[in-house]
Amino acid sequence: MAEISSPSRSILSLLSVHIHIGQHHILQGVTFDVEAGRSTVLLGRNGAGKSSTLRAIIGLNPVTSGVIKFSGETIQGLKPFEISRLGIGFTPEDQGVFYSLTVEENFRLSLFEETEQTRRNLETVFELFPDLKKFWRTKAGLLSGGQKQMLGIARAFVNDHKVLLIDEPSKGLAPILVEHLGHSLNKIKDKTTVVLVEQNFYLASQVGVDYFIFDNGRVVHKGQMKDLVDDQALKKKYLGIG
Amino acid sequence: MRKSIIWICAIGILFIPLIWIKLTPYLVLTTAGLAFGMFLFMVASGMTIIFGLMDILNLAHGALFAIGAYLGGYQILNLLNTLGWVETGSVGLSTISLLLAITMGAGGGAMVGLLLERVILRRVYGDHLKQIMITIGVLYVITELIKILWRPTAEPVLVPLAFQGSFDIFDVIVGKFRVVAIVIGLVLFVGMQLVLRKTRLGLIIRAGVENREMVQVAGYNISRIFTAVFTAGAALAGIGGTMWCIFQQQVTPEIGLDNQIFALIVVIIGGMGSVTGSFLGAIIVGLSFNYVAFLWPKLALGINILIMATILLIRPRGLMGRE
Ligand SMILES: Nc1ncnc2c1ncn2[C@@H]1O[C@H](COP(=O)(O)OP(=O)(O)OP(=O)(O)O)[C@@H](O)[C@H]1O
Ligand SMILES: [Mg+2]
Repeated sequence: MAEISSPSRSILSLLSVHIHIGQHHILQGVTFDVEAGRSTVLLGRNGAGKSSTLRAIIGLNPVTSGVIKFSGETIQGLKPFEISRLGIGFTPEDQGVFYSLTVEENFRLSLFEETEQTRRNLETVFELFPDLKKFWRTKAGLLSGGQKQMLGIARAFVNDHKVLLIDEPSKGLAPILVEHLGHSLNKIKDKTTVVLVEQNFYLASQVGVDYFIFDNGRVVHKGQMKDLVDDQALKKKYLGIG
Repeated sequence: MRKSIIWICAIGILFIPLIWIKLTPYLVLTTAGLAFGMFLFMVASGMTIIFGLMDILNLAHGALFAIGAYLGGYQILNLLNTLGWVETGSVGLSTISLLLAITMGAGGGAMVGLLLERVILRRVYGDHLKQIMITIGVLYVITELIKILWRPTAEPVLVPLAFQGSFDIFDVIVGKFRVVAIVIGLVLFVGMQLVLRKTRLGLIIRAGVENREMVQVAGYNISRIFTAVFTAGAALAGIGGTMWCIFQQQVTPEIGLDNQIFALIVVIIGGMGSVTGSFLGAIIVGLSFNYVAFLWPKLALGINILIMATILLIRPRGLMGRE
């Protein structure tokens, strides 16, 4: 792991980030820190602002005010392609897979340059998701929902990004697949820092080391996942579970 | 299986006009229709990609066609004729003249297109209604400018000597320039397919037609790609205009307006965003226009609108449009 200049080992940090979409004040001062190597989950009810936050980090939602730093560099205001090239990968809620391209072409498009590392990553992908190898030359639109989800994640992962933003990968997956996904994400998080938005608490607890709870466009709680697992009151209050 | 039935039906439809038209004129009309289809394809393919990738409805695309016609077909050929390269001279000189005219048409179209995209369309990204209004405005303004810069009336356009006249194949008269047009159209179509299927730029374009955001997230500067694609589409329209006016042997300021209607029909029939679709659409429109113009001249445009409506009723996305 490369040395990180900032003393806190923070690789990604948001400071009082605000976003407006049209008339709506969507993010109202989001502040949080992700430490390198510590996978982080963003939790919160529907509409709390989790997806908007990921889209803000990657540059798809223009930030009205606040600061976003990545590896010590201020990135808000940069274009998505610039942010991506700095080393942030993003898998959106709908996976963002290109249906009209084959699985191979989806990878080829994502792979900016092929290196020894990306080749190794591709090996890892084939181990984790053998289906993707099987359907290598199939149009991605023909894959099952679960396979598309895997492609969406794998495609972002091969690039050797420093941070991987993944939005609700468990959406629409059968429980058995969620389990498999948890296993895969755990492999992935050994190689890169994962920032995961997840409603499925089981999956979140499998993958996350740190957590932040969102409510109404703000971070209202944070801590370590292992503590949250047993905190029934907190889970009930903000997540409506437990 | 179902696909092959559709293909057999489609090819079968091609022969229906034989009920009314004798074989010889039918073949003549068919080559004319194919040539017309190629010109339409040159305009429509640019329009369709620009729509698919950039979500821009550019109804000023016909103006780029007109610019190609005036700069490439009219101006350059007249100029080269003073050197004795066009209406006289060898096959080589004819070919060079045609290539220079096409280059000029493409360059003119590309330059005006670039300006159009940078200065005007950038301001109306994401708003179809504004795009339609402003690009129709541009189409009319350029039409009027042409009247001022050149003449408000029809002007004759020269045909390079080697491409004048026709081949007579068993009584079927095929204009030489028609053959040239069909060949150039096919070369452009195949070339575009190769770029789209085999290159990284093509991959980016195909992906971008589907999801622009994710192309950016993958690390590509979409704005540069937009400009490149728009310029290439504009150049194609310019080539179409150059070829068309040589084919017609005349040029009028309304050439862009007239052509825009056909190009739009082609794009809609083929399915917004599909190059192959616009190729098929262009051939359908080119052929049916020629058959019907021969039988019932007044219905020639109407039949194409009818075909468009029928196809839209059966397949609202057009022949090859995506869901
Ligand atoms: N393009 C938009 N226009 C208007 N409002 C939006 C837009 N995108 C998001 N919002 C609003 O912003 C708020 C936060 O949305 P966001 O998608 O970030 O929530 P989320 O936490 O990801 O929710 P979920 O768990 O349902 O995915 C919601 O109230 C949503 O309605
Ligand atoms: Mg969301």
